[in-house]
Amino acid sequence: MSPDRTVGAVGASRPRIEGGLKVTGAARYTADVPMPGLVHGQLVTATTSRGRVRDVDASTALGMPGVLGVLDHRNAPRLNPKAGNYFGPDGSLLLLQDEVVPYAGWPVALVVAETPEQARAAAAALRVTCDAEPHDLDFDMDHPAARPASTAFGPEADTGDLEAELAACAVVVEERYRTPEESHCAMEPHASTAWWEGDHLHALDANQGAFSVSEVLAALWSIDRERVHVRSEHVGGGFGGKGVCGPQMILASMASKRFGRPVRIAMTRAQVFETTSSRPRTEQLVTIGADADGRLRAVGHRAAYALSPLAEYIEACTEQAKVLYAAPAIRTRLTAVPLDVLPPASMRGPGATPGSFALESAIDEVAERLDVDPVRLRLRNQPSVAPVSGLPFSTRRLVSCVQEGARRFGWAARDRRPRSRREGPLLIGTGMATASFSAGVFPSTASITAEVDGTFTVSVGASDIGTGARTALTAVAADALGVDAGRVRLRIGDSDLGMAWGAGGSRGTTSWSFAITEAAKELRGRLGDPARPVTATVDTSALIDFQPGRERQTFSAVFAEVAVDPATGEVRVRRLLGVFAVGRVINPLLARGQVVGGMVMGLSMALHEESVRDPRTGRLANGDFAGYHIAAHADVPDVEADFVPDYEPLDPSGFNGLGEIGTAGTAAAIANAVWHATGTRQRTLPIRLDRVLEPVAAGKDTEGATEGADHAVTRGA
Amino acid sequence: MREFAYQRAARVHDALLAVAGDRNARYLGGGTNLVDLMKCGVERPTRLVDVRRLPLDGVHVAPGGGLVIGATTTNSDAAAHPEVRRRFPALSQALLAGASGQLRNMATVGGNLLQRTRCGYFADLSRPCNKRLPGSGCAAIAGVHHNHAVLGHSAHCVATHPSDMAVALAAFDAVVRYQSLDGGGEIPLSRFYLPVGDRPDLETALPPGALITAVALPGVPGSLRSRYRKVRERASYAFATVSVAAALDVRDGVVRDVRIAMGGVASRPWRAGSAEAVLRGARPTPDRLRACAEEALSGAEPLPDNGYKVLLAKNLIAAVLGELAAAEEVG
Ligand SMILES: Cc1cc2nc3c(=O)[nH]c(=O)nc-3n(C[C@H](O)[C@H](O)[C@H](O)COP(=O)(O)OP(=O)(O)OC[C@H]3O[C@@H](n4cnc5c(N)ncnc54)[C@H](O)[C@@H]3O)c2cc1C
Ligand code: SF4
Repeated sequence: MSPDRTVGAVGASRPRIEGGLKVTGAARYTADVPMPGLVHGQLVTATTSRGRVRDVDASTALGMPGVLGVLDHRNAPRLNPKAGNYFGPDGSLLLLQDEVVPYAGWPVALVVAETPEQARAAAAALRVTCDAEPHDLDFDMDHPAARPASTAFGPEADTGDLEAELAACAVVVEERYRTPEESHCAMEPHASTAWWEGDHLHALDANQGAFSVSEVLAALWSIDRERVHVRSEHVGGGFGGKGVCGPQMILASMASKRFGRPVRIAMTRAQVFETTSSRPRTEQLVTIGADADGRLRAVGHRAAYALSPLAEYIEACTEQAKVLYAAPAIRTRLTAVPLDVLPPASMRGPGATPGSFALESAIDEVAERLDVDPVRLRLRNQPSVAPVSGLPFSTRRLVSCVQEGARRFGWAARDRRPRSRREGPLLIGTGMATASFSAGVFPSTASITAEVDGTFTVSVGASDIGTGARTALTAVAADALGVDAGRVRLRIGDSDLGMAWGAGGSRGTTSWSFAITEAAKELRGRLGDPARPVTATVDTSALIDFQPGRERQTFSAVFAEVAVDPATGEVRVRRLLGVFAVGRVINPLLARGQVVGGMVMGLSMALHEESVRDPRTGRLANGDFAGYHIAAHADVPDVEADFVPDYEPLDPSGFNGLGEIGTAGTAAAIANAVWHATGTRQRTLPIRLDRVLEPVAAGKDTEGATEGADHAVTRGA
Repeated sequence: MREFAYQRAARVHDALLAVAGDRNARYLGGGTNLVDLMKCGVERPTRLVDVRRLPLDGVHVAPGGGLVIGATTTNSDAAAHPEVRRRFPALSQALLAGASGQLRNMATVGGNLLQRTRCGYFADLSRPCNKRLPGSGCAAIAGVHHNHAVLGHSAHCVATHPSDMAVALAAFDAVVRYQSLDGGGEIPLSRFYLPVGDRPDLETALPPGALITAVALPGVPGSLRSRYRKVRERASYAFATVSVAAALDVRDGVVRDVRIAMGGVASRPWRAGSAEAVLRGARPTPDRLRACAEEALSGAEPLPDNGYKVLLAKNLIAAVLGELAAAEEVG
């Protein structure tokens, strides 16, 4: 690296700045940070889905070694009931405030002791009696309590006359698709340490946005946000599951208030499963009509999702119906079904991921009925402007993604008849899907100090949850300042660094980069006396145009090849290719990691992931990694990802977010490939083997099985 | 934290004495199952007697071509042993299909035989479970039982035995050897695991306090081919949905010997004796294989949510036997 090289950090592949620290164990995650005088909290959770705590008998627990005390609804500090989250008031933040149990896994007590082991032992000795009440977990689109979802993300689509268009169609597909509750499964379990200094609250917390967590804590404690200091230097994954202020953070702040000591709560894996939010179940009805020549006339997408009555939440499954295809009539209806469930939260590609499974499966079914190639069907129905808003797209390189993907995948050679390819006993199929994901920017602040030694300190309330944000933002700052990346020092993960959007909504990098770029601009105009440090701070709130008059989206095309053993129902993905249009790519190495990781998560959703609940108690029946299956290495095939050249004109540097688009699209591509292999549609995820299994005549399907052990489908056996 | 005593035994007799002297003592093999169950409170031993250093490891060829596998041999070592791979390929494959590399390096043959069910309610202290707490009821029957038993279960318990290794051992007529303070003994694998009945908590015929010392496999003819196939919900690192260990000896186009055992379908490895009879002495035509597979599941009584296992087991038996028969023709 030449010391006077001053431009071009953006666009270059560089490994993570903190990678060495992480692989050597030197990077400290929240629960690793030593702290004098620390005590430990252990949660005790409800085992029923609805009821009331009658009694918490702590007599044994309180006499056990090291125990400082037990918090429950009778003695816990009071919190401000008006505190909320992004969507408004949020009852799930109000822990230990009353005896009501709103879902299985709800914390009913916290035991605090000198060591984690003592806290755990005492928690096991706590006797909590609950009066169970009948609960309702019967999720159904037509549930009596179903209500229109919030339109905070934008209005429903209702263009054209759907019924009239459908009546005039040569082919109409109307099918129901279902996706299960899923768990984020970040590697690092949720953890927090909290302590009070007078009326100042300090915390170390595993989250996706230290600033917003500090806001929620300030609201809960009715104190100024400036009196809350939250740090989150290294976070071991979030996927949306650490986007909100977690129960461990709230309880640690309460326990510390009560016992006057720094309190750490590190959740067990089982608690992460049962007590932190999940992706909600969905049921979706997609109605698509087309002319005989493959022109779409009508797209209807109804989607329902489960949520908790404690807080508003939007699983925007119907967004892509407003973006992907041109049709004279488009109608979306999003329905929320309040049940006694764990409150949902965004999980990587919220809405778009389950939504795209339904929409892109249905499009494939239209191609099947019309007997046209699914790639051709999609290309034939590309809109020139956004089909519902009528706005132009700021950039839309979806066709390039599809064409480039088809070329690399060898799509042209595909025989589109189902069950047309066999290898020994295996049925082979290919499928594809397209996806879009909303892009944009939110207000953030950044400060840059030109230090006297010629280096620059960039401070922004960003979070690096393993994505590589720290590394990407260093490159952005270096280019904005016109200096080598080696002269830039980044400070992130700290609520004292000012207001900032979190790592979420695929808007972290764009939001932080915008603030950094603007601060650099201002700083460069003010550099004078090199003997004094100079600082420039910019808040982008007033600079953002929230009505840019253009639709801002990222796009992708995903191609999959599967091998299915019809005798056992086992589905194995053999190849996965994603081609993405995500604006200008900051760091191809890290970007590839993001979208490949997203596709693996999509594969896992397609074939494995599912939270199973006991019908009687509503309690998770598979809340651990032996029971909740995520794709293992042997399930993950050759995954390829690439980016088409793209530039986002609405961003000063041409960037868009790419954290979530990788997950959308993959499940539909795999489900479509399974149809192509077997001739049977899979409209319910995950595509479990019992859903695929067929009666197979011995002999016919065991022909050529002498090399059976080498088939991909038995790999790893 | 619940406290317990830990001691490492150097001699078999010391281990037997240590366990005999403490009703709540347990032998500790690799600890990969026992320690997990201690963490969730299902097992609450007051004393652990570590048997991993006992001179009970290694694989030895017995007169007559059989093998004796010491109880403390790790799952990895047993799977990799050349004689196991050569004479009993299905056993090596079954071992390798289990758990993960790290776990197999710790897990012992004795511990593998005695691992407990993976029924989720068994490990959930807040729910009834006859296996954990006799008489409390069975939460799985009206609850989640998608991966539970279809054969040999009772109204008291519908759990499956999770071991892959034991399924292959069942196919090979293995015998479990043990030592107790009253002397040594042998129990054929076919009688080692007790029928469920009304006491699902009583799982094996091993006398109280006995230490498993070895598993013995009788010799098999060189022409016996065997194979283990495990179907599960992901490509690795998952317990069996259904698995099959099968062995086939075809000479002059006629089946001389056949062994079929299934995993994931019952509270123990399920040897399909009557199905074997369908094939013995016959030509392994596709129709015969199918008839054999049908017979193997003829007694199946699936639960409301696990009926798919019956079809899956039939298909798998037919497929594995078909592969073995086809290999026979080629080889
Ligand atoms: C995540 C995970 C996945 C797994 N997946 C699979 C799988 O796919 N297939 C599979 O078959 N298994 C699987 N296992 C289980 C694993 O095979 C068993 O845990 C292991 O074989 C037990 O052996 P161990 O030596 O660790 O037994 P331990 O845990 O030490 O002991 C188990 C029991 O055996 C008793 N015991 C141990 N040795 C003796 C002896 N010599 N005599 C008498 N009693 C003894 C102990 O007292 C205890 O009751 C999995 C385990 C885990 C944790
Ligand atoms: S199936 Fe057996 S182990 Fe499972 S809950 Fe019922 S009794 Fe317990």
